[in-house]
Amino acid sequence: MPRPVGRIARCDPPAAFRQKELDVTTVPPGDPVSGPSPVSTAPAPKKRTQGIGLGQYIVIRAILIVPTVFILVTLVFFLMRVVGDPISAGVGDRLTAEQLQERLAEAGYDRPIYVQYLEYLGQVFTGNFGRTLTDNREITDVLLQYGSATLELVLYSLIVAFAIGIPLGLVAAYRKDRAPDALLRILAILAYATPVFFAGLLLKLVFSVWLGILPLGGRADTRVALALGRIDNPTGIYLIDAIRLGSPVAIGDVLEHAVLPSLALGLLTAGVFLRLVRTNVISTLSNDYVSAARSRGVSEFRLVTKHAYKPALIPIITVMGLQIALLLGGAVLTETTFGWRGLGFQLAQYLASRDFVAVQGIVALLAVIVALTNFAVDVIAALIDPRVRY
Amino acid sequence: MVFRSATAEQQTPRKPSLFSRLPVVAQLRQSVGLQRGMLIAGVVLTGMFVLCALLAPLIAPYGFAQSRVDGVAFGRQEPPSAENIWGTTVGGYDVFSRVIWGTQTALAVVVIAVVLSIFLGVILGLVSGYLGGWLDRILVVIADAIYPFPTLLLAIVMSIVITGGQSSLIGGILSAAISITVIFIPQYFRVVRSEVVRLKAEAFVESAKVIGASTRRIMFLHVLRNATRTLPLIVTLNASEAILTLAGLGFLGFGIAPTSAAEWGYDLNRALADTASGIWWTGVFPGVAIVLFVLGLTLVGESVNDISDPRLRARKRLKKKKDVSA
Repeated sequence: MPRPVGRIARCDPPAAFRQKELDVTTVPPGDPVSGPSPVSTAPAPKKRTQGIGLGQYIVIRAILIVPTVFILVTLVFFLMRVVGDPISAGVGDRLTAEQLQERLAEAGYDRPIYVQYLEYLGQVFTGNFGRTLTDNREITDVLLQYGSATLELVLYSLIVAFAIGIPLGLVAAYRKDRAPDALLRILAILAYATPVFFAGLLLKLVFSVWLGILPLGGRADTRVALALGRIDNPTGIYLIDAIRLGSPVAIGDVLEHAVLPSLALGLLTAGVFLRLVRTNVISTLSNDYVSAARSRGVSEFRLVTKHAYKPALIPIITVMGLQIALLLGGAVLTETTFGWRGLGFQLAQYLASRDFVAVQGIVALLAVIVALTNFAVDVIAALIDPRVRY
Repeated sequence: MVFRSATAEQQTPRKPSLFSRLPVVAQLRQSVGLQRGMLIAGVVLTGMFVLCALLAPLIAPYGFAQSRVDGVAFGRQEPPSAENIWGTTVGGYDVFSRVIWGTQTALAVVVIAVVLSIFLGVILGLVSGYLGGWLDRILVVIADAIYPFPTLLLAIVMSIVITGGQSSLIGGILSAAISITVIFIPQYFRVVRSEVVRLKAEAFVESAKVIGASTRRIMFLHVLRNATRTLPLIVTLNASEAILTLAGLGFLGFGIAPTSAAEWGYDLNRALADTASGIWWTGVFPGVAIVLFVLGLTLVGESVNDISDPRLRARKRLKKKKDVSA
């Protein structure tokens, strides 16, 4: 949920923060009447002490991934060890004392904690996230098998979020404080306030049970799934596999199954995108150059979609990057709701069977993925806006 | 109106009363039109849920874990009827009573989580921002690392740690609240720290130093009072996030057992299987409760944010202003 969790509170501060840092033309908040601050007329000599190039920036940013991952992995490791160990917490009450000791010794949990910690760090940095307790599989195998399903879901919902959030955000910004804006903002808050699993439940009730036009859950019909599993080197992304299979029935079936989950997850994100686009475009729309363009006869449509939208993109992209983390949290719940067999579904399964070693592994792995996505987003932001490099 | 009060204040500088300076009340006085409507709607919704929580024993016809009345069981998955106005769950509990009792759980978690994270986050931010040095650098790096991480995953890890997978009333509420606290601390920390860093260079801090005030006095008296400007906004937004996280945890089976307290997320988890057979009342009611509670809190937070930000605050139309001042 969370994050559904985390949405509005997490998306606003960085936007404001970045904007303060980047955007010298913004009107200072405490001074609404004075119009553009004097700084905007002449580009102020910014604190560009060492103008580092793009390559250098990317390298430094890449090195910064290491401490982030290190901190998160350390945090998860020590949290899981504060009250004991994953085995006692998970299955301790079902085993006798000797059996438990045996299991602990086997897994190496009877050694001093710093030895375990150093060993764990070494393993993580060589890409070994441990083995699950219940079915004794490599965590990285679990990622390879189920990660593609999660990726597919996240991509679909991003498409939904972009297609809904950006145009409606522009409309809301242009009609600020009028009826369409009010309606859209309330819808956006509603999208945020609805937990993704409740949205999923409602969608299932309406479209699968009452109208009966879309499947209840899963990624494909059993027959289609079997057919998809038989092709050479399956990508795991069902749509690509179905296209390679060349069967229109399979493509249709895969897409049919994807509609409800991606709507549920996409609408949640669309609400955040709408607010983000609205806030940032409102502040660029009030700039002098927009009025200047309007006086030259530039159409209102072009003013909003080109003149005001483009400069607003930089804070938007930065915050959208943070939303990837939210999407991952939401994916866990969406996958559970729809029986979409991805990483999140699997995580919920391990949680239910109290396999906390697997949970720790998957969470640590997701920490790496989040750090990598944030890196990618920062690089994209730097490519778009040279002022980001510092 | 606006003009007049401004000039009047200039002539006789009078501090507004304490009540009208309270966070939400102050914004309510400033607001106009649509923003005022949204703020009032939010306050009313939130107030309704708080009332529900306080009066739950009076409103709810049955207990949250009561499955029979006068020795007669309600039956499982019964549709809404006169006896159970919102039907019964798969466990044979009364849906209406569980939704009402659920407000208590949600409110308890929100209050504990917000209070804990405000205290810890603000103190850490204050100390880190004002004193600086290596402690500051370490805390910033840690907060930055936690910040982009999916909150639900962190909450899962925390609740494993706190309960070891077991669930009781106090344990469940505390573990949900503490899990959420851990996620919120970096947010409060960041906001307070950046304010403190800005305030540290202000003249009044310098002058306090010159007078010889102790560091502690400057920090907790002079700086802290000025650094809490943005807190009401984060509090409301975090409160709504706390409800969603609690529901998410409950949905994944890390909530509170149905016999120890009513929790909406858990009820939704059990209701998921019902949807296939068209049973809607077990899921829709607790879900709507979550949506409305979060909606109320978010509306308050959103409006307070917009009204406090002069760039986003709606103003009375110019015409009206002229009429009044003329």
